[in-house]
Amino acid sequence: MTLQHFMNEAISPWMREQGPNHDIVLSSRIRLARNFADVPFPIIADQKELEEIREFFKKHYEHRSFEEYQNFEFISIRDLTAIEKSVLVEKHLISPLLAKKEGAAATLISNNEQVSVMINEEDHIRIQIYFPGLQLTKALNKALEFDDWIEEKVNYAFDEKRGFLTSCPTNVGTGMRASVMMHLPALAMTKQINRMMPAINQLGLVVRGIYGEGSEALGNIFQISNQITLGKAEEHIIEDLESVVQQLIEHERKARTRILEQSGMELENRIFRSLGVLEYSRIIESKEAARCLSNVRLGIDLGIIKNVSRNILNELMVLTQPGFLQHYAKKTLTMAERDILRASLIRERLQFEE
Amino acid sequence: MECHECQERPATLHYTQVINGHKTEVQICEVCAKEKGYMTYPEEGYSLHNLLTGLFNFDTTHVSTPGTHIQKEKEHQCPKCGLTFSEFKQIGKFGCGECYHTFSGSLNPIFRRVHSGNTEHRGKIPKRKGGSLHLKKQVVTYKAELQELIMNEEFEQAAVIRDKIKELDAKINQKEAGDSR
Repeated sequence: MTLQHFMNEAISPWMREQGPNHDIVLSSRIRLARNFADVPFPIIADQKELEEIREFFKKHYEHRSFEEYQNFEFISIRDLTAIEKSVLVEKHLISPLLAKKEGAAATLISNNEQVSVMINEEDHIRIQIYFPGLQLTKALNKALEFDDWIEEKVNYAFDEKRGFLTSCPTNVGTGMRASVMMHLPALAMTKQINRMMPAINQLGLVVRGIYGEGSEALGNIFQISNQITLGKAEEHIIEDLESVVQQLIEHERKARTRILEQSGMELENRIFRSLGVLEYSRIIESKEAARCLSNVRLGIDLGIIKNVSRNILNELMVLTQPGFLQHYAKKTLTMAERDILRASLIRERLQFEE
Repeated sequence: MECHECQERPATLHYTQVINGHKTEVQICEVCAKEKGYMTYPEEGYSLHNLLTGLFNFDTTHVSTPGTHIQKEKEHQCPKCGLTFSEFKQIGKFGCGECYHTFSGSLNPIFRRVHSGNTEHRGKIPKRKGGSLHLKKQVVTYKAELQELIMNEEFEQAAVIRDKIKELDAKINQKEAGDSR
């Protein structure tokens, strides 16, 4: 297995399984930030110190396995091309910040792409674990076990009073960010989501777009995560997040039913027009593609569109990102060239469904 | 709509300017907006730490009395990584684990703002690194239990718990003696 393995498929193997509430929740993620006790954080540490950490991970974890997370591939960021970096970011396997780093930045990715460890990002160690659908508790338990496994060899920076010490004060304590990726087309259509956001923020949770901080909610995909990491136990943070997510699911379902009842024909029209655009476009930009994909996915969830798989949203959202398109074309493309290739890939993928 | 400045690119940003009570609408593209200084555009877009830096910018310990600033105050600096407190406030990041101790006197107000009033960790204790912390936590739980049992006059059960506490205390002492060796 090599890097190629991660590059070829737009959707990760774990995404093919259906999790609870999969009609609305795409994935649950837990991220833990950890540091070595006796090395300065990456922002201050010198190249030699960071290189030692990189070597440590290569030596101890390359091709190792932890339970069902098999055969970790070790990848140094400096060995990647710009396009390869974008693909890993678009698949959410590494963060945009890690991709920008040179020097000793690296990542460990499990065979099924469910676990990735970022090395020398903002913190020395960032563990990420994904589950399909809404499975926060399961994800947390797995993440904590994985964390124990790493701790067997790593002397963590931990303080009795402040907890896990991190470079940024916003992560100290649990070092945990839990997030849930949700497809909320009906709440977005009715603009209810904008009214709900302040209330969500007051509970110490944040709503963001699909590619993290500051990004837009492309394709009506929203990411909801905890902001507070200090003073609350991991389980409680997750409980709070889960209860808000449950409410959002309920509101989204209600909004879908209401739209269907009150303006069913308009909705059906919108959904089929979007399918038409995707099936026949010769040039399509990413925002339009995302909008249409969101509508088509809604159509599938409501049973209006049949014979198209639900995965089409997740898969095409990633497949039509700039990095992936260029990886597919095996060269750098201008924006206009990308819009053409995007349209053709979407057409091809939809024909494949019939 | 075209950009008012370059009349070439489409206007993607719409500003309402109010100058001396006079309101004007500006339709402009991103490129011109940056050039004309309508927007400050940090390298990495909007980031949390810009916000944080703002949060940190208040003095937490220093009481300003006239005359004291003549004698230049020695800056707090982390002995391990060399980060000074003003650098920390500027970049919004700690340089190493030791910084948390070095600046500990000034951190509570910051943590309170960022973490909804919280300053102390209540989550996971790492297995190895946590050392005797696990045991200490267990003792606290037992002690509460003991109190309750005594209140309810369940002395037999209380004796069992008391012995458990003794046992744990002994373990903690042992561990700490071992650690400090």
